[in-house]
Amino acid sequence: MRFKLEKRAEPSRFMLYATPFGSVLVTMIVGAIIFSIIGYDGLGAVREVFLTPILNPLKWQEVAMKASPLILIGVGLAVGNRASIWNIGAEGQYVAGALAGTGVGLLTQNATGPWILPLMFAAGLAGGAAWGAIPAWLRTRFNVNETLSSLMMSYVAIHMMNYFVTGPWKDPTGFSFPQTPLVTADQTMPILIPGTLVDYGILFTLIIAVLMWVLMSRSVFGFQVRVVGSAPNAARHGGFSQKHTIWLVFLISGGLAGLAGIFQVTGPFGQMSLGFPQNYGFTAIIVAFLGRLNPLGVIAAGIVLAITYVGGDIAQTALQLPNASKGIFQAMMLFFLLASDILIRYRVRIVGTAPTPAAEVAKGAA
Amino acid sequence: MSIEYVIAVFITVVGASTPILFAGLGELVTEKAGVLNLGVEGMMLIGAIAGFATVDLTGNPWLAVVVAAACAAASSLIFAFLTLTLSANQVATGLALTIFGTGLSSLIGRSFSGRAIHTFDTVFPDALSKQPYLKVIFGYSPMVYLSFIMVILVAWFLSRTRGGLILRAVGENDLSAHSIGYSVTGVRYAAIAFGGAMAGIGGAYFPLVLTPNWAEGLTGGRGWIAIALVVFAGWRPYWLLGGAYFFGLLGTLELYAKASGASWTSILPSEMWAALPYLATVVVLAVISVSKSAGGNAPACLGKPFIPST
Repeated sequence: MRFKLEKRAEPSRFMLYATPFGSVLVTMIVGAIIFSIIGYDGLGAVREVFLTPILNPLKWQEVAMKASPLILIGVGLAVGNRASIWNIGAEGQYVAGALAGTGVGLLTQNATGPWILPLMFAAGLAGGAAWGAIPAWLRTRFNVNETLSSLMMSYVAIHMMNYFVTGPWKDPTGFSFPQTPLVTADQTMPILIPGTLVDYGILFTLIIAVLMWVLMSRSVFGFQVRVVGSAPNAARHGGFSQKHTIWLVFLISGGLAGLAGIFQVTGPFGQMSLGFPQNYGFTAIIVAFLGRLNPLGVIAAGIVLAITYVGGDIAQTALQLPNASKGIFQAMMLFFLLASDILIRYRVRIVGTAPTPAAEVAKGAA
Repeated sequence: MSIEYVIAVFITVVGASTPILFAGLGELVTEKAGVLNLGVEGMMLIGAIAGFATVDLTGNPWLAVVVAAACAAASSLIFAFLTLTLSANQVATGLALTIFGTGLSSLIGRSFSGRAIHTFDTVFPDALSKQPYLKVIFGYSPMVYLSFIMVILVAWFLSRTRGGLILRAVGENDLSAHSIGYSVTGVRYAAIAFGGAMAGIGGAYFPLVLTPNWAEGLTGGRGWIAIALVVFAGWRPYWLLGGAYFFGLLGTLELYAKASGASWTSILPSEMWAALPYLATVVVLAVISVSKSAGGNAPACLGKPFIPST
């Protein structure tokens, strides 16, 4: 029995939405096998990484906390990927936004009032957008490959952060630990559900994700982004400027990454330290793909990836797995998703059976 | 500054630069074929653990180099299959490969933690390799000399051979290369596998030469520096050699700035020295994008999927 790929008349919507679920399932199966081969409890690893965070309600708040930055960054990146503009520097924009917001926080250490927190958010948004503006400017002005420049600028941002938290912004009362002073009461993100870690940052993230969905599916801008991405020539004839799109994409994705950064500073972290960059900016690229570049899908994908973050911590204590090993699962989800993309455009047929008339028509059309 | 001091710094810089030279050389060939593989850091870590485990089990460092190259090349084939055969997005796949390699190496490495292996010795007898002045030429591990040979081989292959010409044609204009009858996908598979093998050797350099103990994530982001290096060098092998030592020098100055407060290296904080390779790369990118006469342009098909019109 041999298999043959046959082009579909049109992309399968069923496969488009089914393959992300399939990828997660296949990842669990193959992951269990790989961990067993290396000599660990494979089924246990899958259970701790994927199931314990879901089955144990005490872990839900942690999942929500980790999902929030992934979703916020992921919806921004999804916009760019739709337009085939590759911003892979979200990690740097996240850090730059957090730095800008923390700068405002340091200036307002002795101030009080409800205006402080929104001002920090604005600074975070602006800082991330400014860092995203660098690759946008280089691309539109000098035609510099935005993938490479945004990646390079990420590391510049991280080293810059290391300088600030070990140098000028180091907490003078922090026993010389490399960290900024803790945020004050008026600089702290309020808790949404009393008694939990769930704060307003999570609510804001969900609101922004839904707004982005409306923007992408119901506005001219969303249409413009899709056209620039899928049919650049048509976009030019239609009067959509590519430069304009590049700028908007980087300002939006950079700004949202920066906002995610300051949400983390004012929320879970309470300060910036050397361990502040958590790879959310890079993991969010997986989130954007797994969510099919649809803001609502990104919410679901962000939760799945957050589960592996929380599950990775659980497996670390329960099974003594190294923390980085959750990356094996995260990477495989993306591998299998990208591999299964072929099922959207092609169908698998067993060679030997007579071709159906529909398939013949499809072949003729292609 | 005495001559002995300069020699000591030089030897440190060469030693520190060799991993990014290996990995960068492989990535250069991959990118010349039109493929952007961001999985370098992951492939280096797979090479590092494969090399460490081989020496730990067999005691043979040369076998370790071969095994590291083979394992990293095998991991690069995951990337090749997804991006070439299934036309998946190169950026996302490469990134996933880095996350995968980081995770896999730390998982396998867990059982080797606390073990020490025997590292490479210098090649030449002590009379040469320990002599205060001659050691600047003779005082390195065999992998350093191997890296020189590889630079020369790659430069020769790309500019002087038919195979190199085909590889560059595939990277500059895949549709034309395809229509003349060359296998774009085949050439790119080979280029990716070579890139993987070199990244693996660069990763294996850490346990085989620098640190005899296994440490999680011991490449410390060198894979990303290697990707910057390829761009910084304008996709030219000999510039890559110079660029690797320049980046290595910046890295050494970073350590000096961190260690000694009073020397001239403290004109910049150590973190800024660390950021310089990336900043310099962005500047170089802008220069080569504007001035076509400066040479060293990015391969025209870099990062774009090849979809033959049938």
